[in-house]
Amino acid sequence: NFYPLFTQVSLIFTCFFVGLPFHLCLHLDPVFHFKELCELCVLLCLKDGKTFIFIFRKNVEDFTGPRERSDLGFITFDITADLENIFDWNVKQLFLYLSAEYSTKNNALNQVVLWDKIVLRGDNPKLLLKDMKTKYFFFDDGNGLKGNRNVTLTLSWNVVPNAGILPLVTGSGHVSVPFPDTYEITKSY
Amino acid sequence: MLSLDFLDDVRRMNKRQLYYQVLNFGMIVSSALMIWKGLMVITGSESPIVVVLSGSMEPAFHRGDLLFLTNRVEDPIRVGEIVVFRIEGREIPIVHRVLKIHEKQNGHIKFLTKGDNNAVDDRGLYKQGQHWLEKKDVVGRARGFVPYIGIVTILMNDYPKFKYAVLFLLGLFVLVHRSSEAPCLLC
Repeated sequence: NFYPLFTQVSLIFTCFFVGLPFHLCLHLDPVFHFKELCELCVLLCLKDGKTFIFIFRKNVEDFTGPRERSDLGFITFDITADLENIFDWNVKQLFLYLSAEYSTKNNALNQVVLWDKIVLRGDNPKLLLKDMKTKYFFFDDGNGLKGNRNVTLTLSWNVVPNAGILPLVTGSGHVSVPFPDTYEITKSY
Repeated sequence: MLSLDFLDDVRRMNKRQLYYQVLNFGMIVSSALMIWKGLMVITGSESPIVVVLSGSMEPAFHRGDLLFLTNRVEDPIRVGEIVVFRIEGREIPIVHRVLKIHEKQNGHIKFLTKGDNNAVDDRGLYKQGQHWLEKKDVVGRARGFVPYIGIVTILMNDYPKFKYAVLFLLGLFVLVHRSSEAPCLLC
């Protein structure tokens, strides 16, 4: 009755190798520019002008879940953020999370948390994270990731006060991440 | 004869005082119940205030913290929200965070949860064969919180003697408090 993730990993089917040259670099801030070697890069500038997400290398794999095969996506990203302004006298901690939102044939709305982090009051409010893998498997409920051009990533946070209201805030800015049209054999991730 | 009449008066007055105090106490209890029911209506949740029982959401919430919930149909369930849900067949509600949602065109939604302080998601906690939670399992979404205060409820549950002591002191307080005012009210 327990649903261990490692048995899923052991059931990977090899699929088609994709050689998809995809250069998509959006320059939102002229100070940051991209090297040629990135396969797919998107730069995102969030709310207070201080949060950036840099994403590259996506592939989609077919996967045997509890009943049927579902798409499994892989994303690697960087996050640079300055959270100092969010902490005030009544903020005990922030629960930061990176979530992907998209639509598929099966489901009108899908939201998946890919990564999260707890930032306590007193921790360093400046985050400089590089080459981050997703903390949670990016499974779809079906096969809606392949060829999906409209997967949106947003960074949000839940403010936990010392006492009071628990607001959920979404950073104002999102990256749209297109997934390739074919599956890929697992590289080391 | 005169003194006996006087005693009867006193005895009658004390009985009235007693009934008055009982009625007052009853009014306080019904007002409290009405406030609770009113909260249930306003928030849409069957349990608008809950006490955190485990440490699975630390460091945000600890055992004994109080959470204020709403469960309005107009608020859709989205990732990142803190939901209080009940697993079919178990009565103790669980407070965790939504990790994944899949919503169909018709509004039917299935979602997965995970405690902040847990290493894995909650699938191991769900009923056998159950992989997702649905709207019907939700008691409410946490909108506000107050630390520590719920410890009293936990103590009263874990130590029934403490509960009886509290009730006894409360009853005593109500009776003693009234008896100092009562002579004026009835004259």
